[in-house]
Amino acid sequence: MNDMTPDRNERKANLKGLGSSRKRVEDLRFTQGKGNYVDDIKLEGMLHGDFVRSPYAHARIKSINTDAAMALDGVLAVLTAKDLEPLGLHWMPTLAGDKQMVLADGKVLFQGQEVAYVVAKDRYIAADGAELVEVEYEELPVLVDPFEALKSDVVLREDLDPKADGAHGPRKHPNHIFTWEVGEKEATEEVLDASDVVAEEMVYYHRTHPCPLETCGCVASMDKVNGKLTLYGTFQAPHAIRTVVSLISGLEEHNIRVISPDIGGGFGNKVGAYPGYVCSVVASIVTGLPVKWVEDRMENLMTTAFARDYWMKGKISATKEGKITGLWCHTTADHGGFDACADPTKFPAGFMNICTGSYDIPTAYLAVDGVYTNKAPGGVAYRCSFRVTEAAYFIERMIEVLAIELNMDAAELRRINFIKQDQFPYTSALGWEYDSGDYHTAWDKALKAVGYDDLRKEQAQRVEDFKAGKTRKLLGIGLTHFTEIVGAGPVKNCDILGLGMFDSCEIRIHPTGSAIARLGTISQGQGHATTFAQILASEIGLPADSITIEEGDTDTAPYGLGTYGSRSTPVAGAATAMAGRKIRAKAQMIAAYMLEVHDDDVEFDVDRFVVKGAPERFKTMKEIAFAAYNQAVPGIEPGLEAVSYYDPPNMTYPFGAYICVMEIDVDTGEHEIRQFYALDDCGTRINPMIIEGQVHGGLTEALSIAMGQEIAYDNMGNVKTGTLMDFFLPTAWETPNYTTDHTTTPSPHHPIGAKGVGESPNVGGVPAFSNAVHDAFKAFGLRQVHMPHDHWRIWKTANDLGLHG
Amino acid sequence: MSKKMQIKLKVNGEDHEFAAEPRELLVHALRERLNLTGSHVGCETGHCGVCTVTLNGKSVKSCTMFVAQADGAELTTIEGMGTPDNLHVLQEAFREHHGLQCGYCTPGMIMRAAKLLEEIPNPTEEEVRFGMAGNLCRCTGYQNIVKSIMAAASELNSAKEAAQ
Ligand code: FES
Ligand code: FES
Repeated sequence: MNDMTPDRNERKANLKGLGSSRKRVEDLRFTQGKGNYVDDIKLEGMLHGDFVRSPYAHARIKSINTDAAMALDGVLAVLTAKDLEPLGLHWMPTLAGDKQMVLADGKVLFQGQEVAYVVAKDRYIAADGAELVEVEYEELPVLVDPFEALKSDVVLREDLDPKADGAHGPRKHPNHIFTWEVGEKEATEEVLDASDVVAEEMVYYHRTHPCPLETCGCVASMDKVNGKLTLYGTFQAPHAIRTVVSLISGLEEHNIRVISPDIGGGFGNKVGAYPGYVCSVVASIVTGLPVKWVEDRMENLMTTAFARDYWMKGKISATKEGKITGLWCHTTADHGGFDACADPTKFPAGFMNICTGSYDIPTAYLAVDGVYTNKAPGGVAYRCSFRVTEAAYFIERMIEVLAIELNMDAAELRRINFIKQDQFPYTSALGWEYDSGDYHTAWDKALKAVGYDDLRKEQAQRVEDFKAGKTRKLLGIGLTHFTEIVGAGPVKNCDILGLGMFDSCEIRIHPTGSAIARLGTISQGQGHATTFAQILASEIGLPADSITIEEGDTDTAPYGLGTYGSRSTPVAGAATAMAGRKIRAKAQMIAAYMLEVHDDDVEFDVDRFVVKGAPERFKTMKEIAFAAYNQAVPGIEPGLEAVSYYDPPNMTYPFGAYICVMEIDVDTGEHEIRQFYALDDCGTRINPMIIEGQVHGGLTEALSIAMGQEIAYDNMGNVKTGTLMDFFLPTAWETPNYTTDHTTTPSPHHPIGAKGVGESPNVGGVPAFSNAVHDAFKAFGLRQVHMPHDHWRIWKTANDLGLHG
Repeated sequence: MSKKMQIKLKVNGEDHEFAAEPRELLVHALRERLNLTGSHVGCETGHCGVCTVTLNGKSVKSCTMFVAQADGAELTTIEGMGTPDNLHVLQEAFREHHGLQCGYCTPGMIMRAAKLLEEIPNPTEEEVRFGMAGNLCRCTGYQNIVKSIMAAASELNSAKEAAQ
């Protein structure tokens, strides 16, 4: 090696590959206000669409009169179901195998439902036009309670044959959607009967909404000259959207180009296909002009994609010593007026069967009943992987309740039931194969970091002081150890609309040693342009700064299922590494030829291939890249490109230990988070800076959900939380500082050992906050109270426990 | 529809004059007429702050104002905060400290933070958190936004000291 060669570590650092806290390449345009979000798109002659929406939650439509709207200067068209019917577009398929009205066909099933679509020259005229559409409704009885809906004679979905099976098997009642069962019912009931201790509780995870700061929207542009449709939109899954648009519109898929520009946060809100997209496409076809539709905040909260709304009845059993013997769960799932849940086809309740959590539970049973009600459709994975947050909340509450029943410390109860390190890969009673984990190490590290034993002492003293009238504040210690299941998923059992949930990466190395990689995913703030370049830098030995990452244009990117459910790193990240390895394999042959040795005589070293045993003889990747385009290597095609479609062999199972220390004012119901410690194990860490940012953000979404955020309905089906006035999003003032930490247990089946992290903090954060509230009142007999724990509800809890004297 | 009014605005140092309906929101005028799309729309009810601009020296949520009310005003938007070769200290600090993710809230955050640092040049963390409470972010959990603003404050202060 000559003196000019930088040493290995320096060369490695120059790549800014795996493990580097590389600054984000996206930030330059964002900080200068030069992002390109969907509402920033302006096309020649562009029109605007706006909806007429139902004020009623359940009503028959007697008539729609569009004359006055059509007469308004600047209004070009008003679409109703009647106009869409000849095209077969008045209904559309949902991701869950159901169908949904695009525009109200005879009746409406939830408040805010789309009734007519007005197309006008600008957004103000479109809104004026919508005001002028006259709709005559006949109110029908409203069902907002899923338990009542299952007993009622009121039939919500008159379009469905009540005797026929639904997409997921038999239906028990006209308002019933499906029953999904996993595990062993009888065996579990026998275990419960025979166990020393059984704790039973109803755990409700309320309805909420992802509410990204940018709402959903699109611009549809039909070019009648060449027959091509371009659809820009806030799509978390652009390729799937292209296929859906093709299937329902009859346009051939090669004539459709879907582009996801910059997206202002998604969190699951932007996975589904919404009536606004269909209406905009139709309006563009009808008018021959581009049509923009962007929902406002109220429309966003009321209609596109709620999350959760799971009533989880649970039973958990254990020996006297605290060894868990069985888990039983029956969930009543409120899906709203249409079943539009975004879950892989074979999983109508998502991965709810991860509800055995981090624990070695020998026997378990889960049943989920989906129910129609007069609420908005959706059921998306709000910063979680398909009902994993519900599952984690359920088991982490059940553990706490069991600890009360056993009169045992909840940290200790967890410890004695964790799956042990040597049990991995571990097959759970509900059918998952956990890839890797070391729960005990993470748990002990977390307890030590917060000084758990001292906290418990302080808490006991606080209870004494409270009883003695010396303080009005209680102390809660919220514990959580969660295990997620992310990275959907193996094509053998995961698909959406029949599309296997693989993902993809295509790489082109340019002659001068820089590269472009395109992926089937799409960033909504996760920093893909930064991190995927890092994965590649480590694989192919070119600096991350020399690699452009491109996503979101279906004409150029390879097909993939998009970004949600923390699947980008586990699936597309793996595809990136695999495609990089193909590049490296070809580079090896070129290097060997250049160095005049056999292929096996060279080896990869950071950014070059060196002759084994003669490190002074090498070719850098940059040199090899050039050679790929200028040398005729016998038996090898010119160029240096690769593509990988990666079908993951298994899911990945990130985990973490979170502890929240909370002060609660018994008289005002206010809380203060004194400390929040979050330990995450997401396997190999690609960019620690970005991981930390994801954890901060996810915890804050968890804080919102646990402490105040909900989509609430009154009994007439009116949405009570339709603006940011009523729908809680914490500000910097209400948000605490978080302490982050980690352990690293790589995934054994992922090419770089990464597991995904974006959603862990939301999955683990909600039970941590909620358990802290419960824990504060435990000494006064509280077992279970439903979220969100806003000030009024906390005050009410204190009042119900008789703490107000 | 009502009669149009003649509106004059000075934005980022440039004069503009156009006829607009009095009901037109200031944020729409900026975005649609002047193509300054860095100011975003997140709620149109004054809660989220992604539309924050500086108007006559004050932080204003441009969705809460009609363009007619801004007639004759002088405005700065994110597009007036720095150039690609010469970024504003806050723009640098947000990138350096990972104060953004999806970027949707970022222009509003930077506009508000710039004003805050004029109001309180040496703020405590509490003052930053309180002073930024009109701007929501769904991605970052604020921790790194606060860090970015604190870092920018000390940068600005040391630059000031050096100049003296
Ligand atoms: S859009 Fe102006 S405050 Fe939200
Ligand atoms: S960075 Fe996405 S909302 Fe703040």
